[in-house]
Amino acid sequence: MLFLTRTLPFLFCFVFGMTGWVIYYVPHEWAQTVEREIALWLRLVYAFAYFLGLFSLLSLHWSKIRQRQAGWAYSLIVYISFGVMTLFVVYNDGNGPFASQATTGPYQWMFTSVHVASSATMFSMLAFFISSAAYRTFRARTPEAAILLVSAIIVMLGRVPIGAYIADIIPDTMQWLMSVPNMAAKRGILLGVSLGAIATSLRIIFGIERSYLGGGD
Amino acid sequence: MSKIASWITCTVMALHVAAGAALPLAIEVYDTPNDAGGSLTLTWSRAEAGAASSYSVYVATAADGPFRLATATATPGLKSAEPGLFGYDDDNDGFHVLHISDYATGNGEERESLKDGTTYFVRLGVQTADGEALGVTMSATPRGNWFNTSKWNNLILGIGLSFVILLYISMARRKDLFIRRIAGLEALDEALGRATEMGKSVLFVHGLKGMDQIPTIAAVNILGRVAQRTARFDTDLRVANVDPVVMSVSQEVVKEAYLQEGRPDAYRPDSVFMAATEQFSYAAAVEGIMVRERPAAHIMMGYFYAESLLLTETGSTTGAIQIAGTDSYTQLPFFVTTCDYTLMGEELYAASAYLSREPKLLGSLKGQDVGKALIIGLLVAGTILATFGVDTLTHLFAAL
Repeated sequence: MLFLTRTLPFLFCFVFGMTGWVIYYVPHEWAQTVEREIALWLRLVYAFAYFLGLFSLLSLHWSKIRQRQAGWAYSLIVYISFGVMTLFVVYNDGNGPFASQATTGPYQWMFTSVHVASSATMFSMLAFFISSAAYRTFRARTPEAAILLVSAIIVMLGRVPIGAYIADIIPDTMQWLMSVPNMAAKRGILLGVSLGAIATSLRIIFGIERSYLGGGD
Repeated sequence: MSKIASWITCTVMALHVAAGAALPLAIEVYDTPNDAGGSLTLTWSRAEAGAASSYSVYVATAADGPFRLATATATPGLKSAEPGLFGYDDDNDGFHVLHISDYATGNGEERESLKDGTTYFVRLGVQTADGEALGVTMSATPRGNWFNTSKWNNLILGIGLSFVILLYISMARRKDLFIRRIAGLEALDEALGRATEMGKSVLFVHGLKGMDQIPTIAAVNILGRVAQRTARFDTDLRVANVDPVVMSVSQEVVKEAYLQEGRPDAYRPDSVFMAATEQFSYAAAVEGIMVRERPAAHIMMGYFYAESLLLTETGSTTGAIQIAGTDSYTQLPFFVTTCDYTLMGEELYAASAYLSREPKLLGSLKGQDVGKALIIGLLVAGTILATFGVDTLTHLFAAL
C-alpha cells in the first residue's frame, strides 16, 4: 500500500520531472513527440477529472438544497442552469448530440447573453473595488505610503491627456517611474520567483518534499 | 561529428560570374542548428546596397537537378538578427541568412517539405539589373538536433543554482541554518488560532492555474501544512477549487493530513469542493462563501489574475484575517493593499518548507537565498561592464 501511495507517485514525479527538464533542451522531433504525448495524456486526465469536478459541484449544491442552507436558492439556480445548458448542448440547434457543436442556436445564445454578460459584470466591478482599495492605501500615514501616493498620482496623471496639459514633465516622470523603479522591482521579484520555482522543483523531483502526497514528509 | 563534417564539406567559396552579375562570397549551406529537423540554412556575405535586387534559393534532390524554387526575397535577414544560432560575433552584420524548409514541386501551388536524412542540392541565385547569376551547387542534409546550443547558458546556470540548493539541503542535515523570518507565515498559526477560538471555518483558495503549474504545486504543498494544523485545532477547513485536477489532488492532500494528525473522522470529503470552472463564476462563488459563511481566515495562495482584488476586497469587508501569497507581480499590489499579510514572489515557494521546519527543506530556502546573492553579484558585475561598453557578460546570460 505504501508503494502505491508514496513510492509510485514519487517515481512518477521523478521520471516526468526529469523528462520535462531534458525535453526543454532537446529540439529533436523525438523529444517533441514525447512532449506532445505527455500533453495528450494530461488532457485525458483532465477529461476524467472534469467528471469528478462536476460530481463535486452538484453534490455540494444538492446538500445545500436538501438542508435548506443559507442561499440554497442559488444552488437551485445552479441545477436549473446546468439542466438547461445540457439540454441545449444535446439539442445542438437541431443537429443532435452526435454532430459537431453548432455555432448558433440557444446554447450559444445562453453562453453569450448570460454567461459572458455575467462575467463582464463581475469584471466591471473591479473598477469600484480598485477605488475603495486605493482609497485605503493612499492615505499618507507613513513615509512609504506618502511615496506611494505621490507616485500613484503622477502615474495616473501621466496616463491621461490632462497630465501633459498640466506639465510636460508629468508624462516623462510617469514613464521613468514605470520603466526604472517599477521595472527594477518587477525583475527583482521575477528573479526570486525563478529561484523559488527551481528550489520547489528540485524538492519535488528528488522527493525531498512530499507534502503534495498528503500530510508531512 | 557527421554534422561538423557536413558543415565543412558544404562550405564553398563561390566566386562565380555569369551574365555580368557578381555572386556574393562565402556562400554556405548547412543543416539548421538547434531545430527539430527538416530545415537547411543558407548564409552568404552581405551585398553592397543596390548590388542585387533580390535573391532566390533553388533546391534539388540530385546534383544535376531539376532545381526548384525554395524561396525568393529582396530583403534577406542578417546573421546578427539571430544570436541564438550565430552568437554575437561582430562579423555577423556582414552576412545574410535564409532558412529553407520546403520547395515548390512544380505542380501549381504544391510544396514539398525537406526530409531529414535526405541530401539536398542547393543553389543561390542573385537577380541584378544584368540578369540572374547562379552560384555553384552545394549540398547539405537536414537533421534533427539533440541539443539546443543556444540554451547552454540556461543549462549551466540551472545546474549551478541546483547544485547550490542541493548543497545547502545536504548541509542542513548536519547543522542548524539561520532562516530569515517571514511575517506572513508566522501569522498563519495566529489566523488559524483565531478561527478556532471563533468557532468559524478557514477558507483556502489556490488561484486559477492547473496542477501542472509550479505556483499551484506550491499552493497545494501549503494546503497540506494548513490542513495538518486545522486537523490539530479541530477547525473547519473549506477549499474552493476552480480546476478539477487540483480539486482531486487537494482532496487527497487534506485527507492524508487529517489521517496523519490522527483525525480521519474530522475529514469531510465535501470540504474540498469545486466552486466553478470559469474565472468570474469562481470569483462570484468564493465571494458568496465569504459573505454568507463568514470564515474567520482567508488563505489565498497560488497564481491569481483579475479575480484577486474581487476576492480580497470582499474578504476585507467581512473582517476575516487574510493571508495571501502569489508570484503574479501584477496582482501583488492588490494583495498588499487588501490583505493583512502577503507572501511576495519566492516566499510562496518557501512557505511549505518554512512551515514544516524540516531541516532539509529549510536548507533549500538557504540555497535559494545564496542563489539570489550570486545573481545579484552577476547583475552588479554585468551592469558595471555594460556601463563601460563591455557586453560579454550581458551576452553570456542573454536568453536566446
